[in-house]
Amino acid sequence: MAESKGRFGVHGGQYIPETLMNAVIELENAYNHYRNDPDFNRELTDLLNNYAGRPSLLYYAEKLTNELGGAKIYLKREDLNHTGSHKINNVLGQALLAKKMGKTRLIAETGAGQHGVATATAAALMGMECVVFMGEEDTKRQALNVYRMKLLGADVIPVKSGTATLKDAVSEAMREWTSRIDDTHYCLGSVMGPHPFPTIVRDFQAVISREARAQILEKEGRLPDAVIACVGGGSNAIGSFYHFIPDENVKLIGCEAAGRGIDTFETAATVNTGRIGIFHGMKSYFCQDKYGQIAPVYSISAGLDYPGVGPEHAYLHDIKRAEYVPVTDDEAVNAFEFLSRTEGIIPAIESAHAVAYAMKLAPTMDRDKIIIITISGRGDKDCAAIARYRGENINE
Amino acid sequence: MSDIRKAFENGKAFIPFITCGDPDLETTAKAIREMAENGADLIELGIPFSDPTAEGPVIQGANIRALAGGITTDKIFDFVAELRRDVKIPFVFMTYANVVYSYDAERFMARCCETGVGGIILPDLPFEEKGEFSAVAKQYGIDLISLIAPTSAGRIKMIAKEADGFIYVVSSLGVTGMRSEINTDIGEIVKIIRENTDIPCAVGFGISKPEQAKKMAGLSDGAIVGSAIIKLLEKYGKDAPSYIGEYVKSMKQAVSEA
Repeated sequence: MAESKGRFGVHGGQYIPETLMNAVIELENAYNHYRNDPDFNRELTDLLNNYAGRPSLLYYAEKLTNELGGAKIYLKREDLNHTGSHKINNVLGQALLAKKMGKTRLIAETGAGQHGVATATAAALMGMECVVFMGEEDTKRQALNVYRMKLLGADVIPVKSGTATLKDAVSEAMREWTSRIDDTHYCLGSVMGPHPFPTIVRDFQAVISREARAQILEKEGRLPDAVIACVGGGSNAIGSFYHFIPDENVKLIGCEAAGRGIDTFETAATVNTGRIGIFHGMKSYFCQDKYGQIAPVYSISAGLDYPGVGPEHAYLHDIKRAEYVPVTDDEAVNAFEFLSRTEGIIPAIESAHAVAYAMKLAPTMDRDKIIIITISGRGDKDCAAIARYRGENINE
Repeated sequence: MSDIRKAFENGKAFIPFITCGDPDLETTAKAIREMAENGADLIELGIPFSDPTAEGPVIQGANIRALAGGITTDKIFDFVAELRRDVKIPFVFMTYANVVYSYDAERFMARCCETGVGGIILPDLPFEEKGEFSAVAKQYGIDLISLIAPTSAGRIKMIAKEADGFIYVVSSLGVTGMRSEINTDIGEIVKIIRENTDIPCAVGFGISKPEQAKKMAGLSDGAIVGSAIIKLLEKYGKDAPSYIGEYVKSMKQAVSEA
């Protein structure tokens, strides 16, 4: 009997149709080859530095620190990357890998549209075809990103099945992959899905904590006391945590989208409200009913509106290495506005969940403590939705 | 061992699929009786899942209708137990790994055993992951059905050697649904299967017409049809069972000629 691969404790694995098995095996073999290939790494580093604008800044948010009156707060500015979010880190890695594998077509799912835009961008740069699946609901919430993807030459397919959000976009991208494998790479956007995706995406996102760790040591001469990031599938969070995992005194905090609250049904806080299950290729925590039917989830943030979480996060939760806290729509919107006013930085509504928790945590900590918040993306795309949330209608 | 073998003792097998509870269990019961009376050899009973990633739009629709009608795994077990009083045809369940996992695999297999369901097809459980379910399935005499796809090159032998019940040969790339043609070299796949096991194999995905069923059954031990039957339910609703009966009759006749 063959052995299950890609486990993080009990989580992970490869729960996918037989039709896709050779495709993920081929991907794993290619990744294992290229991850240690000096030419591949040189090319990727060149793309990250000279195209995406890395390394990203670690910015001391002095005004925010003073306003909150506690721990010193640094912001890891992934919002400054080309395309406006951390998603480009993973996409450049996967697109380059796909190209080396001889693939000519990228398909992707997207929630807020950030991963779709990043994939469309990489496809344009590398001369590849690109198809992005996006829940129909999300195409309405994030119309600007739909336009950006089309401008970049991608086809955007609105997904009408299920709740017409991120999970349905993932399902549809998987279905598309089973029908066309030879020339197509599924550029999965988060640390989820079947092995080897959670590992590949984590490795490409780990650049966030590799830089942040070196930057904080340079600025402060010591490690931070806490690293805070938002968690949907969990790619920016795992990237922000990864190189701090061995540093036991650094608290790792993932902020889940609680929507209208974890005591309501309108939530997407998977670790806080879900149970272990098997879905989208992996074993992990999922929001579901007692018969294993996946629950419709809700968050103001299209990027965190997902009923599952990456298997490595599930494992970090199980072993208590990371803590996962719920943050409501209200708290996130307040943080979105607060950071804009205090620092002149408009964060993505996803990242605002991390800021919101830092606003609660920092005042409880001494002034000699240090927090790093990952600002996973910029908030331009969210302005219309936040205005609506506040009862103001602006035409984009 | 389960009763699945019996399904392949009456010439080439015709295996229809139906989603339990689409649009309601009364209709499902009538359709199953029609299938049994009109020559079906084995029936695949679908337990609906909210997010059936291996299904095309037709069977996705059946899943949604059934769940909207309030169907649950428990209701389906009770339904099968009731049906088993007089319907003797072999059954297998077709559902997704999370449905079995959430019910508790052992409890699920125990109820299959109790209600006379001989096998389970889980399209999102490949060879590498089956260990977690196959041990407990064996314990209750339930066959965990293996699937082999057009992309299984290099894996067929390994899968066939450990297969139980019958082997489900996936005819085409992509998801379930009707196709005008099937281009996979099914004969070559079946040849490798035969070299490694003597359990029967049936072809599914994309088959809707009698000629296709005849051709696929000619290359294997039987043909599996899902979406074409769900289409009848979609079109005729509660009146679908008699149409399903006629359809099954024509398909069984076609595979018998193979």
